[in-house]
Amino acid sequence: MSLLDVRDLHTQLHTRWGLVRAVDGVSFSLIAGETLGLVGESGSGKTMTALSILRLLPPETGRVVRGQVLLDGEDVLVKSEREMRAVRGRRISMILQDPQTSLNPVFTAGDQLVEALRLRPAAPTGQSLRQRAEDALRRVRVSAPEQRMRDYPHQMSGGMKQRVVGAIALAGEPHVLIADEPTTALDATIQLQYLTLLKEIQERTGLAMLFITHDFGIVARMCDRVAVMYAGRIVESGPVRAIFRAPGHPYTEALLASVPRMDASIERLPSIEGQPPALHRLPEGCRFAPRCGYADDRCRREYPPAFPVGPAHDASCWRVEPSRPSR
Amino acid sequence: MGRIETAAGIPAGTHAAAGPDGAAPRGHLARLPWTAFSIIVVLVVVAVFAPLIAPHSATEQSLPDKLRPPAWQAGGSATHLLGTDLLGRDVLSRLVYGARVSLVVALSALVAGGGVGLALGILAGYVGGRLDGLIMRTVDATLTFPTILIALLLTVSLGQGLRTIVIAVTLIIWARFARIVRGEVLAVKTRDFVALARVHGCSHLRIMAVHIVPNVMNTFMVLLTLHIGFVIIVEASLSFLGAGIAPPTPSWGQMVADGRNHIASGWWLSVVPGTAILLVVLAFNLFGDWLRDWLDPRLRQV
Repeated sequence: MSLLDVRDLHTQLHTRWGLVRAVDGVSFSLIAGETLGLVGESGSGKTMTALSILRLLPPETGRVVRGQVLLDGEDVLVKSEREMRAVRGRRISMILQDPQTSLNPVFTAGDQLVEALRLRPAAPTGQSLRQRAEDALRRVRVSAPEQRMRDYPHQMSGGMKQRVVGAIALAGEPHVLIADEPTTALDATIQLQYLTLLKEIQERTGLAMLFITHDFGIVARMCDRVAVMYAGRIVESGPVRAIFRAPGHPYTEALLASVPRMDASIERLPSIEGQPPALHRLPEGCRFAPRCGYADDRCRREYPPAFPVGPAHDASCWRVEPSRPSR
Repeated sequence: MGRIETAAGIPAGTHAAAGPDGAAPRGHLARLPWTAFSIIVVLVVVAVFAPLIAPHSATEQSLPDKLRPPAWQAGGSATHLLGTDLLGRDVLSRLVYGARVSLVVALSALVAGGGVGLALGILAGYVGGRLDGLIMRTVDATLTFPTILIALLLTVSLGQGLRTIVIAVTLIIWARFARIVRGEVLAVKTRDFVALARVHGCSHLRIMAVHIVPNVMNTFMVLLTLHIGFVIIVEASLSFLGAGIAPPTPSWGQMVADGRNHIASGWWLSVVPGTAILLVVLAFNLFGDWLRDWLDPRLRQV
């Protein structure tokens, strides 16, 4: 059974421009030990999907209007705020993009880790709590954890901070980890170390990961499956290999084409012309149609459903409609 | 984010302070503003032990001794080090007792006003929405009233006295605290560690108390020290206008007011308490500057 099952999630934001459908019918599932990459441009709804799952949408403006988020078969969307507090951190946790702001600047790393550990039920107290915190740091490969415990965030490097953030996120031994671009703010070399570390922890604990990124290089390294988001919807999902080999959606194709490659020399990196649509004024048919080289009248009129293009590989594009001869 | 980046640049500067001779960086206590700190200590000691320190009674009149100049001037004597006023009262003794008034007013008004301002500022900033609107419009309304006018109105309705001054000052300063604290909270609450605190299961109340408060404490403490000076001046102004402490209890502002008509014949009547106000306000401001740096973990470590 899947650990996390998101079904037909709709999230709306009330902004000054009106109602924005930030997440518009997103479905996916995750099993233990699996990593799903959620890929897309900025503003495509990746982070809003994550925040909806954790029920951490900005209050007043954000609201999940439809759908289910089943965690071990239980819908977290109907839970009370009090019940949610027992879910967050313990069953599902999150790492955010910027380690600079992910730690509270006025407390030492140890204090923050201890706080996260203390909020767990049946937490030990005093010295053994600090012992546990040191163990947690050791698990994320922090050297000399006794010393790091006493460091303030400004005394640590970005990579070190992100490790501490990871240790805090994993303190409650969650089953699902949402990583929202955890390496974007890190140096390339540190990036690789961090990804390897996450992978290693996943192998040890059977953690299911939802990996939010816009970097297909990271997807190739980290993920088992990918879901590509565009303007609030998943436009293509499938196994990483299948998508890299034969993308079914023109948007995926364009994203892949814009990743620099070492094996081919090119004058200019292809880019996707135009801007993603404003979410409060979505085009009627396919949302990618205004930027799509293959778009025809039908694309501009009707939103395509998800068509299977391979085993466990779907794409929402009229071009892959089975009855239609492919061009 | 921008805050962090600028802040990150500061420790470099602190290290540079080690000096060209390669001496070890000095600890934070060495940078304590000793002059300001001494003035504050003297003020507190004087206020607490006023009856032991004052050479004479602060209120006892002795008309034959009136308008004696300070000891170092011709006609002055060692019995009245800072001279006497129009009613022959010892200026030094009145200054000593006046320190009590200033300190009591400053501390009680700051505890009350600062506390209310901090709590409401955090609520407004963190909760946002309608509550924010309500609190901040009240702040705006409060800040539009001239300080002295509120105090005068309160004096008329509540009567003259220490209690009235404390209430008046509290009513005025809470809004300044609330406004600035709210702004800080708005910046702090968007940072990821607040979201992550919720991810690992903190309640809103706990986030406000454990994560937000320590992050605005720095600003709050500085506001507090800056406002000690402000409060002392408000008290002095009110007493100067005759709406403050009822005579014969001495207060610095009142002493300045009393001496104003005799500035030619007895300059010390206004200048002595005026200088005291100046020094104390200056000392608290300098101390506040140092406190701000000391409270910042980025600057504390060397």
